[in-house]
Amino acid sequence: MTSEPILSVRDLGVAFPDRGGWKSVVRNVSFDIAPCETVAIVGESGSGKSVTSLALMRLLQEGASRTEGTAIMGGRDLLTIPEREMRDVRGNEIAMIFQEPMTSLNPVFTIGRQISEVLIRHRGMDKAAARAETVRTLEKVRIPNAAARFHAYPHEFSGGMRQRVMIAMALASRPKLLIADEPTTALDVTIQGEILDLIKTLQDEEGMSVLFITHDMGVVAEIADRTLVMFRGEVVEEGPTGTIFQSGKQPYTRALLASVPRLGSMNGEAAPRRFSVVDAASGIAAEGRPLSSAIGPAGSPILSVRNLTTRFPIRSGFFSRQTGAIHAVENVSFDLRAGETLAIVGESGCGKSTTGRSVIRLVEPTAGTIQLDGYDVRALPPADLRRMRLSAQMIFQDPYASLNPRMSVGETVAEPFLAHQLGTKAAARAMTADLLARVGLGAEAMDRYPHEFSGGQRQRIAIARALSLKPKVIVADEAVSALDVSIKVQVCNLLLDLQEEMGLAYLFISHDMAVVERMSHRVAVMYLGEIVEIGPREAIFENPQHAYTRKLMAAVPILDPTRRQMKRLTNTDELKSPYRPIGYQAPKRNYIEVSPGHLVQCD
Amino acid sequence: MTITATTEVPPAALLRDTPFRRSWRKLAANRAALVGLVIVAFFALVALLAPILPLPDPMATSWSAIRKAPSAAHWLGTDEIGRDILSRLVWGTRASLSAGIVSVLIAVVIGVPIGLVSGYFGGWLDQIVSRMTEAFLAMPFLILAIALAAFLGPSLGNAMIAIGLSAMPVFVRLTRGQVLAVKTEDYVEGARSVGLRHPRILWRYIFPNVLPPIVVQATLTIATAIIAEASLSFLGLGQQPPSPSWGSMLNTAKNFLGQAPWMALSPGAAIFTVVIAFNLLGDGLADALDPRET
Repeated sequence: MTSEPILSVRDLGVAFPDRGGWKSVVRNVSFDIAPCETVAIVGESGSGKSVTSLALMRLLQEGASRTEGTAIMGGRDLLTIPEREMRDVRGNEIAMIFQEPMTSLNPVFTIGRQISEVLIRHRGMDKAAARAETVRTLEKVRIPNAAARFHAYPHEFSGGMRQRVMIAMALASRPKLLIADEPTTALDVTIQGEILDLIKTLQDEEGMSVLFITHDMGVVAEIADRTLVMFRGEVVEEGPTGTIFQSGKQPYTRALLASVPRLGSMNGEAAPRRFSVVDAASGIAAEGRPLSSAIGPAGSPILSVRNLTTRFPIRSGFFSRQTGAIHAVENVSFDLRAGETLAIVGESGCGKSTTGRSVIRLVEPTAGTIQLDGYDVRALPPADLRRMRLSAQMIFQDPYASLNPRMSVGETVAEPFLAHQLGTKAAARAMTADLLARVGLGAEAMDRYPHEFSGGQRQRIAIARALSLKPKVIVADEAVSALDVSIKVQVCNLLLDLQEEMGLAYLFISHDMAVVERMSHRVAVMYLGEIVEIGPREAIFENPQHAYTRKLMAAVPILDPTRRQMKRLTNTDELKSPYRPIGYQAPKRNYIEVSPGHLVQCD
Repeated sequence: MTITATTEVPPAALLRDTPFRRSWRKLAANRAALVGLVIVAFFALVALLAPILPLPDPMATSWSAIRKAPSAAHWLGTDEIGRDILSRLVWGTRASLSAGIVSVLIAVVIGVPIGLVSGYFGGWLDQIVSRMTEAFLAMPFLILAIALAAFLGPSLGNAMIAIGLSAMPVFVRLTRGQVLAVKTEDYVEGARSVGLRHPRILWRYIFPNVLPPIVVQATLTIATAIIAEASLSFLGLGQQPPSPSWGSMLNTAKNFLGQAPWMALSPGAAIFTVVIAFNLLGDGLADALDPRET
């Protein structure tokens, strides 16, 4: 690619006001984007990658930010041209798609109208022409039955479909450059794969350049020609993606790469194994130890779930009569032994979270039996239910939402212990200090409040709180999904350490196959409320039987730019809904045993 | 855990102190809130010290000093039957401030718990509470207050109760709405999952997190209540003449706006100042009570 770069950024710097002065968040960022090239900016939260893209689009608030440097596109410096000219550049020459497809579309207008508006504004079309072009664009992003969906509102589309609509909107004005800011982060893996394919295909068809902003090295490997690694506001490494992956020079790049979980790294191993830890200074990775603790006897599981069903009634009409139900969990059975990790995997809406919550009765199950540490969970009166909570605890996904912002960390961790009257205040304080130390925080954290901690540290606090009752089972609902990769690895290792020390059993709910591979002894795959495949981890990962399990595996990005996958079948099925009308009889499912303990649903 | 050092940046450490001292420090650092606090304290002091201040009797009429403009003898002038306005203003502070504060306290003390319980537990209880709140809200605030005050009988105390009860549905609804938002937060579900009892969850998890908008609403309602007391006084349902309150002074003064504007000016300015002061204080209080704000 020797032609003129389409965008040439030099010495870009951005600063935000901070305590009377300016705090620089992006420094000396320089790069070129050639025509038809895909450049990825990769980094963890706070690295300045999104700010860089917003600065290029001049979407940062003037006065509340300071930008320096140059960004030459078509002979003009985007950072200095008047706002009116910039409005033409936005949408016309550079288009942008964002992370959250749920909130980036205006909910009160049809998608057809929103796209044609762009065409009328930027390409001066009349209404009829704009309409025809809109349908063509929607077809281009592979929205099935595009003409019929012209008049559909955003809420009538699923997340993946909405992201397609966003892309259609971005493409409507035929931009030279598409800035994609974490466009697949909020999507399920299978849909992520489809969107990445779509962007690649469209790039070939339209000949545009793409600036791809992401934290996910797997996505970078899939899509980028060149990669910039950003760390704390600076580009620490830049080069062709293959070179970066094979011989990244900076320790940070290497650490980042090493901490990305890869599928297939655990072939042939029975026990979970800790993630390798990379020394930040030298960039040398130390392979993690496998879990050495034993699992309890097969005969007496700590948690035994049989035919669990949870349905949420849907009411509608004037008298709010029940018209149907969301069959969130349908006839689910599994056992969990002491010291064992059972992972429940599946995409959003498959009922994995509801399963976890039903097991400890945070939501009321509709039918089935749950035996937890000797309790018949569904039959417990409120007082006994509280006592049952000593045995099972939960860790939530979002560490920013799962801690009470009004309670200090010390109170937060000690509270369950005190509320259950397990000891004196002094004992609680000692225990809190001990737990905080165990999760890698100092005792001085006690008097501080959750907002003073980073996401990873907050998750450690949440873990300490869950441990304060000395539970035997922990339901970890996407407990590491919201964390940056390097932090994710640390928290996973912490969970394994704790399992080894305390013999905890985890119900590990996750959509991340690569993490599940490291963490679990056994895996259950859920689809539309049902378990379609369950068995030992090795069996599931090395010999997946159910079509859906295979689809899930295939969708995980491969961390190797030389082995980019062949274009996947562009499958535009929307996820089916588990909504069922009233009186619906769930079909009887049969399972066949492929190998010992490895069950697959067969229809 | 070697990457921690390079990738996680804990926010700057703050001074460690008790929640009360921290809130106080933050309030003291907020200039606007401090101004509000000083003004409120000043009026409260004036109300308390009214009996020992060197002022003429607020009820003493003087036929020789009817509707006199401010002068050395009467700093804020006199009213239509020759009473000293400054003195009436000072004594009126008692009625007006207590009408504002007591009636809002009544509204908050009854309304907030109802809203908390109704929003938290939901179900038929919530349905009943919501329908009743809506029925109350359908009636204009002042009409309701007048009706209640008339029912209870004319006196300042009854006026406060009437105003408090009329203002209560707003707090029920505000609290309930906030609870609905907060109770879906993970930390509330987390509190259930560690086996905490409902009262504790309501008190430690829900209440502190719904408090800020309630505090702001309360300070705004103090202003409304002061004005409502004025209207009730005007109808003879509030402070009984000849005892002064700002509202009754304002109501009389409006008949003489052309001839004696000073009669309206001082109680008007007093109401305005107190209302602003409460708003500033309320805003500052909401921030100060929130540990996330630094």
